[in-house]
Amino acid sequence: MLKNKYFMLSVFFVVLFSCSEDNSTPDSSDNYNRVDLLSNLVNNIIIPSHQNFDDELGLFENSLNAFTDDRSLFNLEELQMQFVETYKAWQHIEMFNIGYAEEIYYASKMNIYPANVSRINENINSNNIDLDNNPNQFSAQGFPAIDYLLFGIAGDTNETILSIYTQDQQNNLTLNYLTILTQKMITNTDSVIDYWEQNKDDFINSSGNTSSSSLNMLANDFVYYYEKGLRANKIGIPAGVWSGEYPDKVEAYFKGDISKLLTLEALEACDKFFRGIHFNGQTDGEGLYDYLAYLDDTNYSDSSMFIGLQDDITSSFDNSVEKVNSLNDNFSTQILTENIKMLEAFDVIQQGVVRLKTNMLSILGISVDYYDADGD
Amino acid sequence: MIQRISKYINKESNPYPLAVYRIGFGLLVMFSIIRFWYNGWIESLYLEPGFHFSFLGFSWVKPLGIYTYFIFIICFTSALFVMLGYKYRTAIITLFLSFTYIELMDKTTYLNHYYLVSSLSFLMIFLPCASYFALDSKNKTKVPKWTIDSLKLMLLIVYLYAGLAKINSDWLINAQPLKIWLKTKYTIPIIGETLLQNNYTYYLFSWGGMLYDIFIPFLLLYSRTRFFAFIMVIVFHVLTRILFPAIGMFPVIMIFSCIIFFDNSTHKKILDLLKGIFNRDDGLKEVFTPYIHKYNRKLIPLFVSVFFLWQVLIPLRSISYPGELFWTEQGYRFSWRVMLIEKAGYTTFKIVDNSSGNSELVDNSLYLTKFQEKQMSFQPDMIIEYAHYLGDTYKKKGFKDVSVYAESYATLNGRPSQRFIDPEVDLYNEKINFKNKKWILPFKDEIKSFL
Repeated sequence: MLKNKYFMLSVFFVVLFSCSEDNSTPDSSDNYNRVDLLSNLVNNIIIPSHQNFDDELGLFENSLNAFTDDRSLFNLEELQMQFVETYKAWQHIEMFNIGYAEEIYYASKMNIYPANVSRINENINSNNIDLDNNPNQFSAQGFPAIDYLLFGIAGDTNETILSIYTQDQQNNLTLNYLTILTQKMITNTDSVIDYWEQNKDDFINSSGNTSSSSLNMLANDFVYYYEKGLRANKIGIPAGVWSGEYPDKVEAYFKGDISKLLTLEALEACDKFFRGIHFNGQTDGEGLYDYLAYLDDTNYSDSSMFIGLQDDITSSFDNSVEKVNSLNDNFSTQILTENIKMLEAFDVIQQGVVRLKTNMLSILGISVDYYDADGD
Repeated sequence: MIQRISKYINKESNPYPLAVYRIGFGLLVMFSIIRFWYNGWIESLYLEPGFHFSFLGFSWVKPLGIYTYFIFIICFTSALFVMLGYKYRTAIITLFLSFTYIELMDKTTYLNHYYLVSSLSFLMIFLPCASYFALDSKNKTKVPKWTIDSLKLMLLIVYLYAGLAKINSDWLINAQPLKIWLKTKYTIPIIGETLLQNNYTYYLFSWGGMLYDIFIPFLLLYSRTRFFAFIMVIVFHVLTRILFPAIGMFPVIMIFSCIIFFDNSTHKKILDLLKGIFNRDDGLKEVFTPYIHKYNRKLIPLFVSVFFLWQVLIPLRSISYPGELFWTEQGYRFSWRVMLIEKAGYTTFKIVDNSSGNSELVDNSLYLTKFQEKQMSFQPDMIIEYAHYLGDTYKKKGFKDVSVYAESYATLNGRPSQRFIDPEVDLYNEKINFKNKKWILPFKDEIKSFL
């Protein structure tokens, strides 16, 4: 009888083993290469977009130097134009709030709006400001603060603004503050780029599936950005989705007519990141789109309702672009004249959030928590 | 028939299995409590959240602030006493009450194996587990055989219901949700990049899991297959532990519990081993006297029968609700439905002040932890409880004539997400009860299932 038991046991293991043998060999080529995916995202999207931003920031610094030397209307307008270009480039990297960027609150220091105008005015006249460690100073630096300094500090015309900078040629406090903010943006950006350069190999090779592995962090941050940074900050909050309407809470409020431009830029950045399209050029590399296509081969009998999650997500991006395109260049104006269209745009972007947060995270197998679970 | 029953009730057995079970059970609960505490979960699950999801009828069971730690200390201490067999009856009642209190504090953390621990500890109140190898035991008596069998019956119910629940088209025909889950387990050495990427594997594991659950209790009951079955138990639960590290204590509890199926001699060997370790082996041959009944000898079996009637009927209550069970989750808990669904949701709420027409969307992160928000988003009973909480909160904030509407989407086993809750229904106006929740929108697909 004892023999019988061991015989049955060995049969069980042989069956188990042989099944695994049979099945694994022919299909192993199907396996998705996550290192390729990460490598594409880092080398062809994250790092080039950071470098591009750094270049634009460098040009902004040049314009600022030119303006400092010669405070002409022409130089002010050059500086303003370069501000818009730099802000556009920023839309491509705000979503990568990972690693060192997260540690130093990079995104918060660059783009928390609305700007805290009274604090900015205080800072202009103070020589003891801690822009690095005081969270209260986040909304007094970065793009929103410079937006105020270049477009909103005095009157509606560039002449009145210029007058602020020409008052005291030798020691113009406003210009000093603008310079400090620019330097801060450059040093912060440089240190984030250094981080990426130094850690990219580790990052690419951390292809595990824990909550701290690279792909999961990127996917989580991407979803978080799409929901919070894009949907809520750019559209939802100013349009009063959560509470009253705040036309002054739009991005680039003082410049005014670029809030749509920046939102479209951000949507494009999300779409390209999701698809894995190289930052420079149109080469379509591996992205979440491709990974989902690999993971999501679930087909139900009722296939009419199933078009493939990856395409579902990109079409929701397309719908969002279309809807945002129909808005006024200046979201402030849009809110004040016909806010319903802002709310409609919010709803369309929301559809993307739903897909990303439920289907995509579900299929990627990313956990947001560390508790025991028995699969509900 | 009655004669046979009364004959069975009077049948006695050596007390070894109950002693082994008592010691192991106490130890496992102690270990679970330490692990829970060590992971910081008391803090993050019970102290940090400002709002807790209650079970219907148990909204008075709440964390007690910093005193919540005392509940865990009480639970730990009672488990220690249970293990030692000291003041056993008081200890096991305390263990049952404190452990169950912990589980009732917040529905978010509901796990089937916590319910199993509660059920087992309740059952053990009626079993003479401390009549041997315990600080309590004075004279060596036998125990009624049914007391040992009742633990086996409990495990049989768990396995059988778990198995029957797996007979559904998602599990067997689509191999879901295992397909979704296993595909992303590519980091597991050797099998991760090979076996777990293979379509056949999902079907093998799905069918294997279903057959295992249904047949294992019977293979354990039958002496000729018992040893083989126990090896299967170990292989199966170790495998689940490797594949799903998040299932925590479940595999250990199940593997240990299955020892109960072995006969007296095996349990005696285990106890002899323990005696050897603690130098308590006096080498004398033991003689057991008949069990001394404190109460009417039919009273306790009657109580236990009622308990088992409950155990059999409760998992079937889902039949009384219309709609897809996995979608509505009406009657899903306390039914040994384990690892059956991959569900995720996205649910936000709009609060409307009908007197002024003002409305606001709620930022869930103001009231819920990430974990609570995730769980709430796809479970209707949590959605309505939270909606009522929001309604109350906004009333206090000065909203008059409040309505609460949900904007809710969910995905089940990889299907595209669809609207989950009727956005036109004022949830604040809907009652929280056991009646069918009509505001859950119908599931746009069909899952055929046995139960």
